[in-house]
Amino acid sequence: MGKLIYLDNAATTKTSESVLQAMLPYFTECYGNASSIYSIGTKSKEAITKSRETIAATLGAKPEEIYFTAGGSESDNWALKATAEAYESKGKHIITSKIEHHAILHTCEYLEKRGYEVTYIDVDENGTVKLDQLEKAIRPDTILISIMYANNEIGTIQPIKEIGEIAKKYGVLFHTDAVQAYGQLPINVDECHIDMLSSSGHKLNGPKGIGFLYIRKGVKIRSFVHGGAQERKRRAGTENVPGIVGYGKAAEEAFASMQDRTAKETELRDYLIDRVLAEIPYTRLNGHRTNRLPNNANFSFQFIEGESLLIMLDMEGICGSSGSACTSGSLDPSHVLMAIGLPHEIAHGSLRLTLGADTTKEDIDFVIEKVKGIVAKLRSMSPLYEDFVKKQK
Amino acid sequence: MYSEKVMDHFQHPRNVGEIENASGVGTVGNAKCGDIMRMYLDIDDNGIIQEAKFKTFGCGAAVATSSMATELVKGKTIQEALEVTNKAVMEALDGLPPVKVHCSLLAEEAIHAALWDYAEKHGIKIEGLQKPKSDIHEGEEAEEEEY
Repeated sequence: MGKLIYLDNAATTKTSESVLQAMLPYFTECYGNASSIYSIGTKSKEAITKSRETIAATLGAKPEEIYFTAGGSESDNWALKATAEAYESKGKHIITSKIEHHAILHTCEYLEKRGYEVTYIDVDENGTVKLDQLEKAIRPDTILISIMYANNEIGTIQPIKEIGEIAKKYGVLFHTDAVQAYGQLPINVDECHIDMLSSSGHKLNGPKGIGFLYIRKGVKIRSFVHGGAQERKRRAGTENVPGIVGYGKAAEEAFASMQDRTAKETELRDYLIDRVLAEIPYTRLNGHRTNRLPNNANFSFQFIEGESLLIMLDMEGICGSSGSACTSGSLDPSHVLMAIGLPHEIAHGSLRLTLGADTTKEDIDFVIEKVKGIVAKLRSMSPLYEDFVKKQK
Repeated sequence: MYSEKVMDHFQHPRNVGEIENASGVGTVGNAKCGDIMRMYLDIDDNGIIQEAKFKTFGCGAAVATSSMATELVKGKTIQEALEVTNKAVMEALDGLPPVKVHCSLLAEEAIHAALWDYAEKHGIKIEGLQKPKSDIHEGEEAEEEEY
């Protein structure tokens, strides 16, 4: 196989070389426990503090509002379950959307089984949360609104500031899953009235197994993992020092390069979208045309199924992903594609391509040619396409 | 995740296409679940399957099982074709991942549906052949327990 063209950066990213180099000393040299008083322990503690400050600055937050976790899923679980528990006396109603990540949706299902009520807000055909419906859903017993910053599948960016204002107006806590947005979009927790925010290191060229939850000062949620006094007694467990250092470095780089990188990615993304829509018939773009993550393109090709497409792309050295049932291990296609109103057979034929900082125009040209050929081949084998062509005659 | 044979039949599917004025055509599966298989059979006066072709909308395993199923029924009598079960298709492909077993069921159903169509067209009854289910996923997918 020749060159690998990795266009699945929403799934995970390559750890950057400089991040790796920053992490390495904390495995074999400065391996001390940050809670210890000797020098190599102190060095670990200093490194954690530095990362925390770097990350806090990217959000307009205070360092003591950043709590390191093992990743985005843990942060989401913590935010929801701990809020539910802490604010139980105020009420047991939570509002979220139909297009959240499973780390939110399955946590909501868990809470529903334990007596909480959850309202799942609809999105429009572009995948934007319906604000009027959200505002109407608020009740006196609503304790939390959790809406993602940007969607992982279709890339649509949500009206976070407006949602924050609604939450503030009604005195409801606001959590956002920013796992896809952090490092790609400028975020300010005060401007958007965000009370809690989840993020994950490996989505921005940092390491896997590290994330954080931003918790605004004054939000009274308790520890999710009990034990030692780490993370201001709110998240026990010896700190993942190399992970935290790597995360800090990745965040520093992502925010320093954000403007140029996302401008370049947006241009390539638009080039990809325009050409695919123009050159492959019976194709649609999923998600908002412009108000989407700079690196996300998501298409549905009618009459074909996503997994077949992915395997054939893989044989050409191209990595992408799909919302088809076959790739999810269940019989239903992606809940996000269903929520924007796609019929099943069109949802099954989806392809998500998410660009990275090193994606080139040559890569995109190569991918477009391959996708064109593969879609044509799969359509020639498809009984749905056969029926369609016969009907046209 | 797929065996070499599955990958081979997916990359180079045998007998893709249609048969004009086929003796029997069967379509099974549904778009909701993401796989539809259509099988065309050409059966001669002696009841021998001379030609088998398919078209499939579905994953890699769905394409590979369709391809293998057409290979297995070609040259067989109707009775022999009825013995091409999903297990036979799976074995011929050196196995399938557990989540893809339903694709082999779909292939078996596609053969049955094409034979059923042949029998109906010719006003005959094929012993041991039951009207194929319209949805092969019926009763499948027991909820896994969550904690």
